[in-house]
Amino acid sequence: MTFSAADLFFVLPELLVITAACVVLVLDPVLRPSDKDSLVWLSLGTLAICMGLTASQMGTQASIFSGLVVTDSYGAFWKLLLYFVTGLTVLLSYSYLKEERLYFGEYYGFMLLSLSGMMVMVSASDLLTIYLGTELMSLSLYIMAGLRRKEPRSLEASAKYFVLGAFSSGILLYGISLLYGATGSTRLPAIASAIATQGFTDPLLLFSTILLAVGFGFKLAVVPFHMWTPDVYQGAPTSVTAFMAVASKAASFGAFLRVFVEGLGGVRADWSAIFLLLCLATLVVGNIVALVQTNIKRMLAYSSIAHAGYALVGVVAAGRVEHSSGIASVLLYIALYTFMTFGAFAIVAMLRKGAIEGEEIEDFTGLAKRHPLPALLMLVFMVSLAGLPPTAGFIGKLYVFRSAVEAGMAWLAAIALIFAAISAYYYLRVVMVMYMREPLDGPDPVPRLVMSPTLSIVLACTVAGVVILGIYPNPLVNLAVQAVLTLK
Amino acid sequence: MTGFPWLTLLIVLPLLGAVVVFLVNEASVRSTALAVTIADLLISLPLWWLFDASSGQMQFLESAAWIPSLSINYRLGLDGISLPLVIMTTILMPLCVLISWHAIETRLRSFMAMLLIMEGAMIGVFAALDFVLFYVFWEAMLIPMYLLIGVWGGPNRLYAAIKFFLYTLAGSVLLLVAILVLYFQGGHTFDILALSRQTYPLSLQTWLFFAFFAAFAVKVPMFPFHTWLPDAHVEAPTAGSVILASVLLKMGTYGFIRFSLPMLPDASRLFTPLIVVLSIVAIIYGAYMALAQSDLKKLIAYSSVSHMGFVTLGLFMFNIQGIEGAVLQMVNHGITTGGLFLCVGVIYERTHSRQIADNIGLTKPMPRYATFLVIFALSSLGLPGTNSFVGEFMVLAGTFLWSKVATAFASLGIILAAAYLLWMVQRVAFGTPAPHMLPKLSDLNQRELVMLLPLAILIFGIGLFPNPLLSRMHTSVEQVIARVVPSSHQQTSTRSVPGRPTPLPENNLGATINVVHPPSAKPHSNLPLTEQQRERP
Repeated sequence: MTFSAADLFFVLPELLVITAACVVLVLDPVLRPSDKDSLVWLSLGTLAICMGLTASQMGTQASIFSGLVVTDSYGAFWKLLLYFVTGLTVLLSYSYLKEERLYFGEYYGFMLLSLSGMMVMVSASDLLTIYLGTELMSLSLYIMAGLRRKEPRSLEASAKYFVLGAFSSGILLYGISLLYGATGSTRLPAIASAIATQGFTDPLLLFSTILLAVGFGFKLAVVPFHMWTPDVYQGAPTSVTAFMAVASKAASFGAFLRVFVEGLGGVRADWSAIFLLLCLATLVVGNIVALVQTNIKRMLAYSSIAHAGYALVGVVAAGRVEHSSGIASVLLYIALYTFMTFGAFAIVAMLRKGAIEGEEIEDFTGLAKRHPLPALLMLVFMVSLAGLPPTAGFIGKLYVFRSAVEAGMAWLAAIALIFAAISAYYYLRVVMVMYMREPLDGPDPVPRLVMSPTLSIVLACTVAGVVILGIYPNPLVNLAVQAVLTLK
Repeated sequence: MTGFPWLTLLIVLPLLGAVVVFLVNEASVRSTALAVTIADLLISLPLWWLFDASSGQMQFLESAAWIPSLSINYRLGLDGISLPLVIMTTILMPLCVLISWHAIETRLRSFMAMLLIMEGAMIGVFAALDFVLFYVFWEAMLIPMYLLIGVWGGPNRLYAAIKFFLYTLAGSVLLLVAILVLYFQGGHTFDILALSRQTYPLSLQTWLFFAFFAAFAVKVPMFPFHTWLPDAHVEAPTAGSVILASVLLKMGTYGFIRFSLPMLPDASRLFTPLIVVLSIVAIIYGAYMALAQSDLKKLIAYSSVSHMGFVTLGLFMFNIQGIEGAVLQMVNHGITTGGLFLCVGVIYERTHSRQIADNIGLTKPMPRYATFLVIFALSSLGLPGTNSFVGEFMVLAGTFLWSKVATAFASLGIILAAAYLLWMVQRVAFGTPAPHMLPKLSDLNQRELVMLLPLAILIFGIGLFPNPLLSRMHTSVEQVIARVVPSSHQQTSTRSVPGRPTPLPENNLGATINVVHPPSAKPHSNLPLTEQQRERP
């Protein structure tokens, strides 16, 4: 293996994030409690610097560390998205953790470690590097999910996540090893050329494709590999849930698309068929089960499952025809999904019923009377999640379904849209309780929203994304198209 | 055509107004909303005169790239079909604000904002010339309307609101897929005019026709899809009912005439019998249901089902009388039913009941009110001299050319309309009021008078002088017909129109057109028009 110091320059953002994570972990015990806010600013500052660095790398194309890692626009797109989400999570956590009386400096450290794992995932071009990134991301998330140590649900979430996560990693590794057996390499370009010369006849190849699909299926939380999602999303602290629902999903999609397009592009027709089945199952189960949820975190968990299904529509389409527009629509979809889902989770996180979190949908009753503006924002997020114009959710669906129709799968778009219409029912139920029910007067403490400056920033960013990108998506579209062009 | 962005202004002004009502102080919310709607009306009125009636082209065109990567453009324009609908909308909106003056006390700002957003979106639907833009406006209306019904509605509002929402959303699900399919089949464009010039294979047309049909038939609503309408009307606040009945329902029929007919002519011809049967069922069934209602709003809701049956019937006749009658009837129904709902709103403010039994004998205590009620009711039943007579007569005349049996059945609807409306008037206007109700029954105040008067004037205006309206839509309707039945274009254009004072000059151009479009190889057995044409030397 050759190693040149110049390579380090390309992974400077990763190095910075890891350094910051270590600094946070080290500083935490030595700082006085009153100074611990500085860890938040340190994390945010790191993210800002990284954002600048990655933005400046946009457009450069380099393969480094003997092809283990690549720097390209595709990776940069995901990294920018991940910095953004992590920044929002830090801001949200700042007020959320205070409200929950959870204080751990490790929290931000683990979050940055997890971020570095995600960054490795989206810029790796070797299956083992991707695996490494996945594990780094997941291990930090297992810990963060169990952060509310006194609450059994949180611990259950952590344990469940760990067991299923380890299981899925095992399957992923198994797929990688079989693929190595079939093609003789773990590097994506080498795998692609091996498949191109070898043809599609090797059953080992198909088997490893299936295993990789299953392994990534767990990370993406697509049906039938979604079982962990509702429990983990519900049990984990809400700020962590938001991070998992958005950042971990985005990073998984980033790695997943790169593996299947760059590495397994030769067996495109085969994986397209696999994902068609997963996509249909995800749309059906995600949307139908979400209908009966009474807990908003569980409802949003199923909603995030369903949205992975919509994104898969683009993946399936990309397998049928020339991939670039289909993949670009997936990138766009996930990026737009980020804004609306994170916004919704942010409001859920800050809804307090006495000392505990108000996480039943009923707790939103009459919110429009008490907190008109946040209720309006929640309305916007719900409408966007339901995919109605003029919001980001509609633009995302428009692009994804367009690529499905382009691939000659109008029927798939029709099915997905029918489920989108069904999903409107459960999203609108939140709107209904907020706007159309009178607040209940009972012995229970009245749920109220704890506003704070950081939360306001989070909400402003997300709602601006939902509305502005819903009306004028062109900048993001161009970024996504540019990113996909670098995907070979 | 002027370069001034009239239509953008028409759409943006109410949307800005929706923001402004949150900024002004509590006392001036109502007047702000009223000022915005009136300003919008004043902006829209010049269009009526600036519009060049002799041209069938889209006018007041505006175009800008919106999402270039999908070739979606921001394209707006009006033709003779959409112009009357836009102006009808701008006329009705100030009235909706006026009727809500005292009726809405809770969350007034949000209410007015919702009305204004609705106005912007409704005008957008009628003016959009890009299919995706149309869809955006079409769907953007759902949430404000859902909130209007669900927040400010009656006791059963939650059920009605979600029913309205899910019905219309489910209906338009396939519309988006159809739009995308058209995009790839019609040369990678969402331009409505360009898509209307293409020819698509019949199998595709059939498929698309049903996708369109689902969206538009739910909105109209046509017979089997109408069940959301009575619930939504009854529970909605008066302004919501007026918007629903007068404008939202028109969007369905507008969809048929703007998209189904010109884009899918073969499928439209193929499924004409289906639409005719559904329309006639709607006409008779709606009227029959209206007879049985004891709730005024429900009665008007079912009468809407019946009247909209005439519109869909006329549209699928593919002759000038039928379609012009249908478009005219769209405007008429907006005015008349809007008026009726406003009347119900007025009486509801006084007696807090919409039951006929609670509101009897209003002539004595409320003479002015009773006069308006009778005018609107007579217009609704199609009395000669009122607007609906012209529209319904033209639709029936158009239907007569297609099938005498269908005409006979459709005419039943007019008879039944006379029955349920006169019966309603008899009870509400001419009974003996209950003594304990009398103190509540004060006659119309000035605000209410101002609100009802314009509609009454329009009823007689259009009833006696329909020509300004008809002449503006004539060339546009002819274009639709030329598209959907190419061979009969010449026939229909030379036929004189009832109610039109000046018959059109004998059209020598028609012969040339006839050469360009020879009678199609397929005999249209269901179209007497073409048969007549073949008999012509």
